[in-house]
Amino acid sequence: MREWSWGFLFIALAFASSIAAERNPRTERISGSAGDVLEDDPVGKLKVYVYELPSKYNKKILQKDPRCLSHMFAAEIYMHRFLLSSPVRTLNPEEADWFYIPIYATCDLTPTGLPLPFKSPRMVRSAVQLISSSWPYWNRTEGADHFFVVPHDFGPCFHYQEEKAIERGILPILQRATLVQTFGQRNHVCLNDGSITIPPYAPPQKMQARKIPLDTPRSIFVYFRGLFYDVNNDPEGGYYARGARAAVWENFKNNPLFDISTEHPTTYYEDMQRAVFCLCPLGWAPWSPRLVEAVVFGCIPVIIADDIVLPFADAIPWEEIGVFVAEEDVPKLDTILTSIPPEVILRKQRLLANPSMKRAMLFPQPALPGDAFHQILNGLARKLPHQKSIYLKPGEKILNWTAGPVGDLKPW
Amino acid sequence: MKLSALHQSYLSRRSNSFRSSGPLDSSSDTGYKSPAAVFWLILHGLCCLISLVLGFRFSRLVFFFLFSTSSSNLYTPPFRSAVELAKTLDVQSVLSSSPFANNLRLPLPNKTATNSRVVVGRHGIRIRPWPHPDPVEVIKAHQILERVQKEQRLQFGVKDPRAIIAVTPTYVRTFQALHLTGVMHSLMVVPYDLIWIVVEAGGVSNETASLIAKSGLKTIHLGFNQRMPNSWDERHKLESKMRLHALRIVREKKLDGIVMFADDSNMHSMELFDEIQNVKWFGAVSVGILATSANIDKSSDQEEEENPIMPIQGPACNASSMLAGWHTFNTLPFAGKSAVNIDDRLTVLPRKLEWSGFVLNSRLLWKSGEDKPEWIKDIDKLDGDVESPLGLITEPLMVEPLGSCGRQVLLWWLRVEARADSKFPPRWIIDPPLDVTIPSKRTPWPDAPPELPTKEKPETGIQESIVKHTTKTRTSRSKHRSKRKHETRTDTGFDKSF
Repeated sequence: MREWSWGFLFIALAFASSIAAERNPRTERISGSAGDVLEDDPVGKLKVYVYELPSKYNKKILQKDPRCLSHMFAAEIYMHRFLLSSPVRTLNPEEADWFYIPIYATCDLTPTGLPLPFKSPRMVRSAVQLISSSWPYWNRTEGADHFFVVPHDFGPCFHYQEEKAIERGILPILQRATLVQTFGQRNHVCLNDGSITIPPYAPPQKMQARKIPLDTPRSIFVYFRGLFYDVNNDPEGGYYARGARAAVWENFKNNPLFDISTEHPTTYYEDMQRAVFCLCPLGWAPWSPRLVEAVVFGCIPVIIADDIVLPFADAIPWEEIGVFVAEEDVPKLDTILTSIPPEVILRKQRLLANPSMKRAMLFPQPALPGDAFHQILNGLARKLPHQKSIYLKPGEKILNWTAGPVGDLKPW
Repeated sequence: MKLSALHQSYLSRRSNSFRSSGPLDSSSDTGYKSPAAVFWLILHGLCCLISLVLGFRFSRLVFFFLFSTSSSNLYTPPFRSAVELAKTLDVQSVLSSSPFANNLRLPLPNKTATNSRVVVGRHGIRIRPWPHPDPVEVIKAHQILERVQKEQRLQFGVKDPRAIIAVTPTYVRTFQALHLTGVMHSLMVVPYDLIWIVVEAGGVSNETASLIAKSGLKTIHLGFNQRMPNSWDERHKLESKMRLHALRIVREKKLDGIVMFADDSNMHSMELFDEIQNVKWFGAVSVGILATSANIDKSSDQEEEENPIMPIQGPACNASSMLAGWHTFNTLPFAGKSAVNIDDRLTVLPRKLEWSGFVLNSRLLWKSGEDKPEWIKDIDKLDGDVESPLGLITEPLMVEPLGSCGRQVLLWWLRVEARADSKFPPRWIIDPPLDVTIPSKRTPWPDAPPELPTKEKPETGIQESIVKHTTKTRTSRSKHRSKRKHETRTDTGFDKSF
């Protein structure tokens, strides 16, 4: 009799849970390589000390040009603001696990809004000199437990042209620090092993305001808006995007399945929500805010960038969410996309519909649990505890302070 | 001072050519150039001069072809004018971006990138041999889209959709094919189960049967043994009777679903079918009235200015979104000027409340309903003319307003008919083929002289006249023209064999 009642209870529970599951729209939980890391809470796992730099490194630059708050490199500013009021912040540097240097290196903008990286190395160098002379913590480890946010095109290489960036390499004084950057490409000089890749900044309120009803049928197969040829800097093609964007245009401009053009429509966000696939090809750098927009709007990202390292790659299984196409396979893009079985496509859409996935790509103000700020802290927490070897013996010096181009050594 | 000068030069160069960085970067590092570098520089300068003269960047192309891999299809850029080149051949940009060095670098892996298969530099633009859509891929993509949309409907659309029973009264006339095909195509795209009841005045005919057979829907084709009268009033009355007949069939067969009235000349939006799934027993939607006015003279112009908004028939709600009344069509401006007979070229007016604006749950019509509300009248007891579905119920306020309380217009009412004496070929098929091809007075042959032969001529005669036209015109026209003539000849030939 008892077994009967237990069995009945079990069946009732199973029934109730299945009904509950039916009510919610079907999403799937993303299980990252380390378990459900997207929902980890970093509070309590690490302590961050924020250096008080003179305002010429941060506030004054922002005052000169408030456009820095809305362009795609704004993560450095918002990270600073988040850390100032976050529970992981500690005012006691002795108990800090990580040290943050708030320097807005990507805020020197041209009239058209593009950041000039020419003064950034000198700015960073001057900040580090200040820190190492005013506090003992830099010299203790030569920056190994410090982190910087460098969201520029090629991150810590501080140049927008890839050849020049590779020539320069990562700024020598940042070699031991952890770099939080948007650029990520395997076996590239500008990506250190311990770096944390983050998504570029995309304005969360703007995207939230343009949501359309979820039952609007997705009728666009592939969607892309952007340049194919950068006529100002590379008129014949071949340099820009390593020829991949031009190949997309030449192969698929006549294809009705591909809604691609260089226009700037006012319904860009709405159109993305009506598309099944959104192309995210590389440009001058392999990363772009299109990935963030595609994830937020539920459009499967088609990533055309060889060897790219996507944001939070150790927490988010991008292979299961997006479609990766090698640059040499671009002429066969339509075959590749139509040969994906519908069940796989539906699964990817379910993974994208997961709200924790969308939140992990955004930098909302005020911060929400599970957003990109928390993922960065999670990434930093995963690197703890620091190895004993990073602590240098007194008098020991590893970094070469005079390395790099002569122009970088000038004071800022 | 020095700083600002440098900054200025950076800015100006940046605005001119964004990605060609200032040579100050590289030149400050290398003070002394090797002989090899000098040699390449001179050679490059020579090639630039030659290309300026010749008008295309042959230097790039030569090296590109020499060093490129043969497997990839290359894109050869179109030749550019020397003027364009002179503008783009900014000497500084040429020096600093140094295409030579990059071209040479192409086959060798970049020495600074360790073990990376990604090479920096100029790449070919890969184009496949036939860069056009492949029909097989297009079909597969559409199947994927259908599957995705089905999943979207399952997740976000109406839960447990009910079948739709569409009732259409029709009769054989010239515009029947036009109107009925429109309704048919709308119903074919509806994503829910559908039963189409077509009631035909004058009995079941092959015309209508052949039209609706093309739909592939579940149809019930009923005949009504009365011919459609010629006045609009009578027509409306007869249509009401026909709809009641269809409702009796629904009751007999105990069809389960939502009954909606799809008149054959109305236009329905797909949102209508999604919205009526929300009806519980008896609902009303807003109908946009497209009353036609064939004669636009000055007086009616003024009236049109006064009423520029499309009139809407439908439920009206009060502040708490409860049904308060009805918006109906204002017939006063058209008093005396409305069409009486079907072929009058005057405005056709709708009734006070059109049938098509109402939907009902088919269980209301069943004889024995479990929880049927009491305010529905038994249709077997109704015999006379029911002007609108409100005549079917005793309490008009129990009607549910749909489409966000009547604010969304989900279908449009229109009545357009041809003249009563207009003839059309049965089933719109011309069989046997026409024996005579006569050029009409209003549409002459394209290059014909003004006078056309008006007498009827037999087949061969027409051929001759056409041949005469072509011979006349061939001397004066170009080859292009004669090609067109040839086409028209084959056109007529095609007509005849049909």
